[in-house]
Amino acid sequence: MEQSLKYSKNVNENPCHMCMPMGAILPFKGLEGSMVIIHGSQGCSTYMRRHIAEHFNEPIDVGSSSLNEKGTIYGGEANLKQALDNIIRVYNPQVIGVLTSCLAETIGEDIERITAEYRQEKGVLDYPIIAVPTPGYGGTHTEGYWLAVRQIIAQLAVPTERHDKINIILPHISPADIRELKRLLALMDIEYTLCPDFSETLDRPVARPYTKIPAGGTKLADIRAMPGAPATVQLGITAEDELSPGKYLADTFQVPLYNVPIPIGVENTDIFFRTIAAITGKSIPDSIINERGRLLDCMVDSHKYNFAGRSVVYGEPELVYSLAKTCVENGVFPEVVASGSKNERLAHLLQPVFDRYQRQVTILAEADFVQIRRKSVEAGVNIAIGHSDGRYLTEREGIPLVRVGFPIHDRVGGQRLLSVGYTGTALLLDRITNTLLETKRGKYRRTMYEQYYKPARVIS
Amino acid sequence: MDTAQAIKERELFIATKGKQKTSLKCDADSIAGCVSQRACVYCGARVVLNPITDAVHLVHGPIGCASYTWDIRGSLSSGSELYRNSFSTDLKEHDVIFGGEPKLKRAIDELVEKYQPKLIFVYSTCIVGVIGDDLEAVCKQAAAKYNIEVIPVQSSGFIGNKSAGYRAACDAIMRVVTPRKRLSRKVNSLNYLGDFNLAGEAWIIRSYLEEVGIDVNAVFTGDSSYDTLKQATAASLNIIQCAGSMNYLAKKLQEEYSIPYIQVSFLGLEDTAISLRRIAEFFGDAEIIAKTEALIERELASTRPVIDRYKGMFSGKKAAVYVGGGFKAISLIKQFREIGIDVVMVGTQTGRPEEYDTIHDLADEGTVILDDANPSELERFMTQQGAHLLVGGVKERPLAYKLGIAFIDHNHDRKHPLSGFVGAINFAKEVHSTLCSPVWDYMYDFGGDLNGTIAKV
Ligand code: SF4
Repeated sequence: MEQSLKYSKNVNENPCHMCMPMGAILPFKGLEGSMVIIHGSQGCSTYMRRHIAEHFNEPIDVGSSSLNEKGTIYGGEANLKQALDNIIRVYNPQVIGVLTSCLAETIGEDIERITAEYRQEKGVLDYPIIAVPTPGYGGTHTEGYWLAVRQIIAQLAVPTERHDKINIILPHISPADIRELKRLLALMDIEYTLCPDFSETLDRPVARPYTKIPAGGTKLADIRAMPGAPATVQLGITAEDELSPGKYLADTFQVPLYNVPIPIGVENTDIFFRTIAAITGKSIPDSIINERGRLLDCMVDSHKYNFAGRSVVYGEPELVYSLAKTCVENGVFPEVVASGSKNERLAHLLQPVFDRYQRQVTILAEADFVQIRRKSVEAGVNIAIGHSDGRYLTEREGIPLVRVGFPIHDRVGGQRLLSVGYTGTALLLDRITNTLLETKRGKYRRTMYEQYYKPARVIS
Repeated sequence: MDTAQAIKERELFIATKGKQKTSLKCDADSIAGCVSQRACVYCGARVVLNPITDAVHLVHGPIGCASYTWDIRGSLSSGSELYRNSFSTDLKEHDVIFGGEPKLKRAIDELVEKYQPKLIFVYSTCIVGVIGDDLEAVCKQAAAKYNIEVIPVQSSGFIGNKSAGYRAACDAIMRVVTPRKRLSRKVNSLNYLGDFNLAGEAWIIRSYLEEVGIDVNAVFTGDSSYDTLKQATAASLNIIQCAGSMNYLAKKLQEEYSIPYIQVSFLGLEDTAISLRRIAEFFGDAEIIAKTEALIERELASTRPVIDRYKGMFSGKKAAVYVGGGFKAISLIKQFREIGIDVVMVGTQTGRPEEYDTIHDLADEGTVILDDANPSELERFMTQQGAHLLVGGVKERPLAYKLGIAFIDHNHDRKHPLSGFVGAINFAKEVHSTLCSPVWDYMYDFGGDLNGTIAKV
């Protein structure tokens, strides 16, 4: 396995990742009645809103402290407090997340202190304002996401009597995926607290009256009670310890942590159900066993076509891990696996998976699309699996792209992409197989003509 | 959520035609916590310069800024595709503490070696302004080392809003156009300012002008290149489409090279015809004037009936407009009138006082006019005013749809041209495609109880 863990280069050419505050917005959108403010200049929040809105096709309101030159020189405290005032006045949220942008971090704004002071001044000591320092240069949007989830839990959770609801901590998956997990948990009759839960808030139905903050999201009371859970199941095996919310609950409140992959693919989904069953002592119902059987059937139906696939898989480490494994399970062997994050776990976790089939795979950390493109071409990749920015591979190299992950900004329905569980995996696999079939069928007349007819004519 | 209140300071930015005098507050910083739709200085600079096709556009800063602006414009090129890459120095903690200059130098070295560009723009972002990297010096050094042009763009995010970014871009352009030797003036030749060749719009206007005998010397900046920009001062007229971004440059070119300028608009049949006539009049050549009249007559004869057919389908409909610049808003009010739709709300992100005056004069009684509106205000006024349609950018689209309001994209990455006669038809078509879609018939008593009676609203 070739690994490139060269962490610093001079130019990032066509980035495969985004900045920290962008990732940190999302978990806050999965809390009930929540709003977010980015402490920094106006542009950051506008860009992020645009990016997120395009993916989810939802209104995304994110406040900004709109720092200007004065605030940058003399400190942005007054701006942030005014922003809090105005957000509370217009949105009346139950909880506010305060994130920093590069600018606020660089000038050394202490959002922890400012928000604490704000609460004091307004006499609202209990009002949850959750501060998360997210300098854009401190990591990618993936680190921003995990850090925000961890801070949300760290700042809300309190010692709680034991209860039966297991904690389920989610990485960045689609609203449709979250809803699917809820369906499966309901089938198993499991009680749980899912955090963050943006299945309703970032994929809201048309409903009247329109509300400024969408209904749904994890209830704050449930998060407060997470320390009383029998266990935490975290779909975050690639999350580093210092960013891991489950690790926080384990270290601080001794809640046993089960770190499992996103249930995409047979093995990963098996792990998920086995873990849940083991923790709760409940059995897995026939209906789910049947879904598994249907997935196996789907895999067999497609296996020959998939064996022609040589894939590149890229994006957020947690998703990439499960996608790469699913590719391996189905013979669409990955040639290149890449993430914009500087995540060392990903490579270590994938190693044994590839070793099992004795495959050489290039794993890129802190990758940009120029590297991904070069490696993919060298390896003869014929299918790309990842977010929309990989359309560059299609445009420049003719490698077809199966869209999954974030952001999907050149197609509709990013929020509806379903890939988890046995059924979700089957749907994902169909998308992959059909893309391979489409390429093959679209090309074979010409290929055959050029390969066999043309040379024959030349020879004669 | 019912307790939501409006923000006091925002009242000055909102006016209703007929109710009070036209004095609307604008051109001010956004108020903190107002969920402004505005972008930053860097964004303004980037959108203006990005269509220069054979330049390296290097963003000096952390990754986010470059990530969110990678190939966001639908600007087309007839040559180089270099501009469609996103280059960033991707600053990390270390660089922020010890300074980003060394990395920037190495980045430029690497890019020069790889692409041999004649022109590099280096954009500064928020933190570069704060950590104090000397962009000017690094660029100067690199320019001397490679004998190419390396131009710093002073676009730190916090030093103003998008308009400041437009100015930064124009300053950078001025540095490119400044010729080393004086160029002689070409006859019947003009520069087209403020068109970014979205979906080929600059090409459409070029084809009209060429037909009547006018040469388009350089476009700022749609489908332009280092070499075409270098020829810019040879033109005898500048025409400006997007005033917000290009007025400043036109003034500079007039001051320094005595090139006069006129404001044009190619949005809608009326404005397109007027603009073509004004250009022809400027040159005063009888043949050009005659050919222009012939072109207008021919185009109107084929487009007017199409527009009128659509107009018949839109009666009684009301539109809301929320766009970036004031001039675009003005054109849109006229264009909506052309297809028989009243505009009941007009807002812009960066409109200037004189543009708001014009909007005020043009608008119907009762029209709400607002600067730097936020989602909560858009929701309130679109609902109150009974708008059926919103024109806006990507961020506003989901809000409109959730409220059951049709939507027109007037953003960078659209894939169909809205300029010229053909653009006017596309506009009417797009309005039709959204306003007259059957989907709205199914927006029953939203979330209505399927078990009870379903009342239609
Ligand atoms: S990288 Fe920093 S400055 Fe750029 S958008 Fe992200 S937070 Fe803002």
